[in-house]
Amino acid sequence: MAENVAVKEPAVKEPYVMTGVVCPYCGVTCDDLEVRVENGKITEVKNACVLGKDTFLHHLEGLSTPRLYGKPATVDECIDAASEILAKAKYPLIYGLDSTELGAQRKSIELAELIGANIDHTSSVCHAPSYQAVMTVGIPTCTSGETKNRADLVIFWGCNPAEAHPRHATRYSVTVKGMFTPKGKKDRMVIQVDVRPTPTTRIADAFIQMKPNSDYEVISALRALVKGHELQQAEVGGIPVDELKALVEKMKSAKFGIVYWGMGLTQTRGKYMNLVALLKLAQDLNQFTKFSCAAMRGHGNVVGMAQVLTWQTGFPFHVNMSRGYPRFNPGEFSVVDMLARKEVDAALVIAGDAIGNFPGSLAEHLKSIPLIAIDPKESDTTRVADIVIPSAQGAIAAGGMAYRMDHIPLMFKKVVDSPYPSDREILERIIAKIKAIKSRGNGAPAPVGKG
Amino acid sequence: MPDTQFILITGRSTKQGKSVHLGKEAQEYRDEVSTLQMNLKDIEALGLQDGVQARVKSNYGSIVVTLKKTDIPQGIVFIPYGELSNALIGPDTQATGMPDSKGITVEVERHG
Ligand code: SF4
Repeated sequence: MAENVAVKEPAVKEPYVMTGVVCPYCGVTCDDLEVRVENGKITEVKNACVLGKDTFLHHLEGLSTPRLYGKPATVDECIDAASEILAKAKYPLIYGLDSTELGAQRKSIELAELIGANIDHTSSVCHAPSYQAVMTVGIPTCTSGETKNRADLVIFWGCNPAEAHPRHATRYSVTVKGMFTPKGKKDRMVIQVDVRPTPTTRIADAFIQMKPNSDYEVISALRALVKGHELQQAEVGGIPVDELKALVEKMKSAKFGIVYWGMGLTQTRGKYMNLVALLKLAQDLNQFTKFSCAAMRGHGNVVGMAQVLTWQTGFPFHVNMSRGYPRFNPGEFSVVDMLARKEVDAALVIAGDAIGNFPGSLAEHLKSIPLIAIDPKESDTTRVADIVIPSAQGAIAAGGMAYRMDHIPLMFKKVVDSPYPSDREILERIIAKIKAIKSRGNGAPAPVGKG
Repeated sequence: MPDTQFILITGRSTKQGKSVHLGKEAQEYRDEVSTLQMNLKDIEALGLQDGVQARVKSNYGSIVVTLKKTDIPQGIVFIPYGELSNALIGPDTQATGMPDSKGITVEVERHG
């Protein structure tokens, strides 16, 4: 994949406008942005939502600087020092990788193989349970375009697109007009299932409120009703059974239904079992009509990392390379568990903020081991890292491929220049350096842990 | 559940997503991630008022937040993802890889 994708590099001083720019912020991955650049600074962004706009307009704010143990250094010095650490580590961790392009993601896996690392990414703390369920029972799913063109019933379960995926409703799922939904919202029934009303409630036709931690029971009750069983209870998870029956009728009578789910299902009691139940419900409904489901993926290219890791190792996350071949085991090689057990002895966090997103106690272990952060911006991780390597921000100052939440690949454009190398280039240089370190002297690979 | 116990939901909010670009030191971001949404009836039952500070405790940590009344159902409290919410979340994943980030039990009480 070419780093500098087919975009013109206009003279720096002359203002220019780029169209068809892809937004890296959320999994909607809008590809219709218009970005105006003056003097290397993005001054105007059209078509984006407020989150996307801010991603571009604030691209020069909060930038990180190259640092070695808190002192200013050159990028070269930082890369050398990072390579020494990674080459020496006995059980290193590579983590992050949601906010970058496929080329960098591929390099991160190459690096993991080279140093026998554990490699995990942001899915680990958002939609890993979703994948675990898909691995267990499979998934009837469709692209966002199919939802737009066909869905007359859209259910948002434990997700809040109005705040987390602002343009999902207008591009794919609520107001948008499609081939068989020409009247947009009028042709669609939108139902929200959640434990609390959210801004998404305002765009839904109906809101079904349930008690926290009862998704598994509620979905199982729906499955029983779909199969024609009667329930003894008057309510399940705080929802009256009559309301559940009405929902089942709507699901069965829809021409094309889809359930979008979010972290309301993955991060609560039941975890992947909630999703196993939901995927089975969608499968059951296909006895009656066409029914799909899809995860509302968060950060830009987190789907891309799962794709690359799967095609290269066979597993979407929680991968361990310490034996020279990939092994996968949630609970054993998942980043949260490895850090909780204080197993890893060095960490490379790239294009993702570990410390900002992890349970507080895990940050303590990360701070106690050699920690390398590659990030265009300062984050909670760069603030405490031993080595900080700034990079050109993916989708803004570095191009490459990304995956939308429905697994459609789209091209990030390089909109402005950065004085720093791309994530991919930094990883390439680290790999080259480690190879040189490992073959020092007789050219034979050094024994594990002896750098 | 005792009257001081609530189910905590953590999650995204537009303000949290938007203000994170301004840097995590920005006041707007700090304010957003230290605000606990609560039903007014629950706030009053604790003898507290909208806008005052309160302490939130879980099995793993304790934080100080500002209370904000919203239409959230009684018995549930919400805080946007951030450093403060992380302090309440434990590292146990029950071997799934995923910590319990939503639906955990917390105590809310007067601060100071
Ligand atoms: S909806 Fe998501 S991808 Fe689209 S502009 Fe907003 S943040 Fe960017």
